[in-house]
Amino acid sequence: MTQASEQEEAKGLSFSGYLHCMRGIVWREALRFLQQRERFIAALVRPLVWLFIFAAGFRSVLGVSIIPPYETYVLYEVYVTPGLVAMIQLFNGMQSSLSMVYDREMGNMRTLLVSPFPRWFLLTSKLMAGVAVSLLQVAVFLAITWFWEVEPPLWGYLAVIPALILSGLMLGALGMLLSSGIKQLENFAGIMNFVIFPMFFASSALYPLWRMKETSPLLYEICLLNPFTYVVELIRYALYGQLNLEALAVVAGFTILFLGGAIFAYNPSKGLIARRGGPGGK
Amino acid sequence: MTASQAVPQDETVPAEVKASDQKDATRALEVAGLTHAFGANKALDDVSFSIAPSRFCVLLGLNGAGKTTLFSLITRLYSNTSGAIRVYGHDVRRAPGEALQRLGVVFQQRTLDLDLTVMQNLLYHAALHGFTPREARRRAEAQLERVKLADRAKEKARRLSGGQMRRVEIARALLHNPHMLLLDEPTVGLDIDSRRDIVEHTTALCQDEKLAVLWATHLIDEVTPAKQVVVMHHGKVVADGSHDEVLCATGAGDIGAAFAALTQAKSDSLSLDGGGA
Repeated sequence: MTQASEQEEAKGLSFSGYLHCMRGIVWREALRFLQQRERFIAALVRPLVWLFIFAAGFRSVLGVSIIPPYETYVLYEVYVTPGLVAMIQLFNGMQSSLSMVYDREMGNMRTLLVSPFPRWFLLTSKLMAGVAVSLLQVAVFLAITWFWEVEPPLWGYLAVIPALILSGLMLGALGMLLSSGIKQLENFAGIMNFVIFPMFFASSALYPLWRMKETSPLLYEICLLNPFTYVVELIRYALYGQLNLEALAVVAGFTILFLGGAIFAYNPSKGLIARRGGPGGK
Repeated sequence: MTASQAVPQDETVPAEVKASDQKDATRALEVAGLTHAFGANKALDDVSFSIAPSRFCVLLGLNGAGKTTLFSLITRLYSNTSGAIRVYGHDVRRAPGEALQRLGVVFQQRTLDLDLTVMQNLLYHAALHGFTPREARRRAEAQLERVKLADRAKEKARRLSGGQMRRVEIARALLHNPHMLLLDEPTVGLDIDSRRDIVEHTTALCQDEKLAVLWATHLIDEVTPAKQVVVMHHGKVVADGSHDEVLCATGAGDIGAAFAALTQAKSDSLSLDGGGA
């Protein structure tokens, strides 16, 4: 072994080593995403269908009064856009969880977990990779909605980035936590029915909560307990350059909770994996 | 005499020893008193053995003997609750990073990303070990050259044959210059030529690079006289020593008969054709 390569080896777990490791994980996820064009198109078509068809139909039925952060009456399309952005991230978070199950089945998770870096770091890097992919999707979606007269202030587009990173982390961590408990790929349908749809519909994504309160106080309470409501509101306020502190606190809290749970579940000695027999275990 | 008895019991390999010096450690791998259970099912029962540096050790056992569980514990996919596993003196529970840095692993399952190119697969793995992109590429090119697949670097992994994929996986496992190579049933599903190729390549690595090798298999013909043999059955080590020592201990004429005697299985029930696991 040459002296240079010895030094390289010694540098392996240095700070720059951590950065290279995270870069590699994000790079691989982005490569995979770009190669799966159907996935990219599906990720865009879903919210666009909601915007172009659902929102257009509901525009006449639902009037949205002036509620913060909006300063005037807004079209329903404008109201629903932050909810659809959150939906992109929700699906992406769950899709990443799907990819974790796939990775586990295919053994790729094993190659990730034999990296000498600490496991919490590997899992967080994997989450960041998912967030990066969701940012790409959201950017293209927001660019399209701009032509659909959804025109938040320009600096709102900048202000929403940190909000999207946090919400992406929260939803990705939830997906990761779920992935540790899913044994087979097919169970993703269960996730759709029991996680994605309830979270999305029982939130402020499609209708303001005051309207919900008028029709069903119980549903209103459920929406208030749903962390996805706060994801939507965090994004909605940020897109208009405002900070919703309550939403920030709730989203940050749930991020810590879900991430902690996921790291616990993937902990070799404590979590679910150990009890069940490991990734890819039978 | 078992191999673990042959090696002096030295507990103190200093953690700060440079990676390159670790090849001179007394034992490449030491497994001591390892027991592991999934619920009521005891997968490993008081497993102990060790491998000296630059030694080729064949871990022989039928399917379900506990080989893959042992591999999962060594690579810390999940953690051992009793007993100890040390890689060049580094306990995998207390210093997993130090231990994993010294290990190259080829899993039983195919773990290449089929949609990425061969080179992209290797660069990703090098990044997982913290190498700069330039260093990663240099190492990947060198390893691909070694397994004679340099001309396939830009092709999707999907287009490789089973034997070529295995060679890429071995190249990938060596990117970070590990001191020990773990291979879990690496020849399963390969044709005869590819099998011979992988066995010869790994044997050469052991000799030329002074790599310790732990090679799990259920194929008896992969045990040759120069190798250490550890036989596992129902989660227990039932024999551990050189090829000749195992023959001597069992009084058998060949390793197939020795294995049959040790596991009380009929020789003809053992797969010798390289077929599926």
